[in-house]
Amino acid sequence: MTTTMTRIDAAISLEEAMQFAWLEGDLLDSADYDAWLALWTPTSRYVVPIEPGATDFENTLNYAYDDGMMRAKRVDRLTSGQSVSASPVPRTVRLLSRFRVLRSDAEGCELRCAQLLTEFRRERERSYAADIEFLFVRTADGLRIERKVIRLINATAALGGIGYIL
Amino acid sequence: MDTNLPTGSALDVLVQSDRARTTLYTDRALFEQEMTKVFENTWVWVAHASEIAKPGDFKTAHVGLQPVIVVRDRKGEVHVHVNRCRHRAATVCEVAKGKTSSFVCPYHGWAYALDGSLRGVPFEAGYDGQLDKPQLGLRSLRVEEYNGLIFATCKPDMEPLTDFLGGAKKWIDLFMKQGAGFPLITQGEHKFRFPGNWKIQLENTTDAYHFPLVHKSFLSAADRETVDSWDIMRKGGYVEDLGNGHSVMVMMPELVDLEADLDAPIPEKFEALAAELRHDHPEQQVRRIVRAVGGCGFNLNLFPNLGCSAAFFRVLQPISVDETEIRHVALGMQGGPAAANRARLRIHEFFQGPMGFGTPDDAEVWDRVQHGAAGGRDLWILLNRGLSHEEMLPEGGRRSDVSAETGMRAAYRQWKKLMEA
Ligand code: FES
Ligand SMILES: [Fe+2]
Repeated sequence: MTTTMTRIDAAISLEEAMQFAWLEGDLLDSADYDAWLALWTPTSRYVVPIEPGATDFENTLNYAYDDGMMRAKRVDRLTSGQSVSASPVPRTVRLLSRFRVLRSDAEGCELRCAQLLTEFRRERERSYAADIEFLFVRTADGLRIERKVIRLINATAALGGIGYIL
Repeated sequence: MDTNLPTGSALDVLVQSDRARTTLYTDRALFEQEMTKVFENTWVWVAHASEIAKPGDFKTAHVGLQPVIVVRDRKGEVHVHVNRCRHRAATVCEVAKGKTSSFVCPYHGWAYALDGSLRGVPFEAGYDGQLDKPQLGLRSLRVEEYNGLIFATCKPDMEPLTDFLGGAKKWIDLFMKQGAGFPLITQGEHKFRFPGNWKIQLENTTDAYHFPLVHKSFLSAADRETVDSWDIMRKGGYVEDLGNGHSVMVMMPELVDLEADLDAPIPEKFEALAAELRHDHPEQQVRRIVRAVGGCGFNLNLFPNLGCSAAFFRVLQPISVDETEIRHVALGMQGGPAAANRARLRIHEFFQGPMGFGTPDDAEVWDRVQHGAAGGRDLWILLNRGLSHEEMLPEGGRRSDVSAETGMRAAYRQWKKLMEA
């Protein structure tokens, strides 16, 4: 083992976490879905809850509560051309900022940030603002996502169809 | 200038038994008439009993465009009040759901009890004792309940709910069997809007015809058994006109009665759930719960705003002539096994809501209908599918194959009747 490698139990820094969150956002905006699917741990969840304070996602209705299999299906839906709402897939641009590390230790790093996303499809532009809570872990292959929770500020209001990955 | 719409048989230019004019989706004047003539002269679904289970529980809703509060008073009685202060019209509640002991208007502080009566008026002396408080309670609508479904009507002499539901009652009872012996409860909801007329969604609840095409991406993502059970064009299902605008579309005849066939093999997709339930439940109950977990095999359309749709409630709310809000309310078993309620939540998330694998595609095609309806305003929306082989039933109903537009014809017949009145 080379001495320049980071130890697997080293806490993730704000700088590393930020870079990783941006990488994830960039892969989604540029529709590089295979690379996106590879960012996740086998036990990970992608969650878009409805109720603002929800934490027991498993026993609550969410907009999305995806394990690896569901994420792969979501990607298939966007790329298969079978879904009329995803043909074409909306263009998206997301800006992530206001990063704050809530906790970072050998177990992982909880990063909270803001996301402003603009979508465009069929002459219609819409935007969604959200708080994102990431849980990142360090693995032998680099950083991975263990959990991503997207709390839309208007989650309890009526949304439009979201034909892409938030 | 006479802006009145044609009445009586003059409505034939807009709706005939097998067709409707494109302007039904686009005409603003017609929309305004619908909001009173249709929505204020019928029973409108406002809540499921479990949403306001305890005294003081309330939720806000709409009857047509009128904002209302559905609330259970201290004695357990349900009231539906127009959400409008009797002083100068401010809403007295802007919270979607909650628990309270009174409704206090934020403007000048008039306070109303749960039963709607006016209890407090700040600085009442300014009225010199002339304020007729007993006459100034919140306006209350008539409320009736059938098997947990709570309806309200603005029409004082509306026929009793049970008569209005008529042939739909049997289907409501069948739908409620998905509680598998536990009381049915709501488990949250997905809410979304699409830029189109409310009747586009009304039609869709009994439209099997679109399923294989629009929901192709859902079917591709689903497991083999789910795909087989959704092979609805080939399973001998049917649509039946139940009268008063109501209809039922039976997609999976084998899942009409969830308490029948409990000895049938458990689908592979529910094997893990069954195994988990066996730890705490006898085999017959395991089978009953597992059979009910995916909901029933039919969509019941209750004119004008509720669909009891397989495993959830579909509630439609007109916003304007070209905007509609839809809620998909998830259901569960009160006090039932958590694993089974979780399974229901995951099934709901998979298809429904703005990020589901089904709803966004529905919303997209409805949006396309509204866009297309700007063209050819004099053309007809064709509702004649399945008419040529529709049978008249002995009790007066009509039935045709699963992809027939029988349910839509039923809804438009009722629409016409109310608009003509
Ligand atoms: S408007 Fe409600 S108290 Fe005045
Ligand atoms: Fe559909």
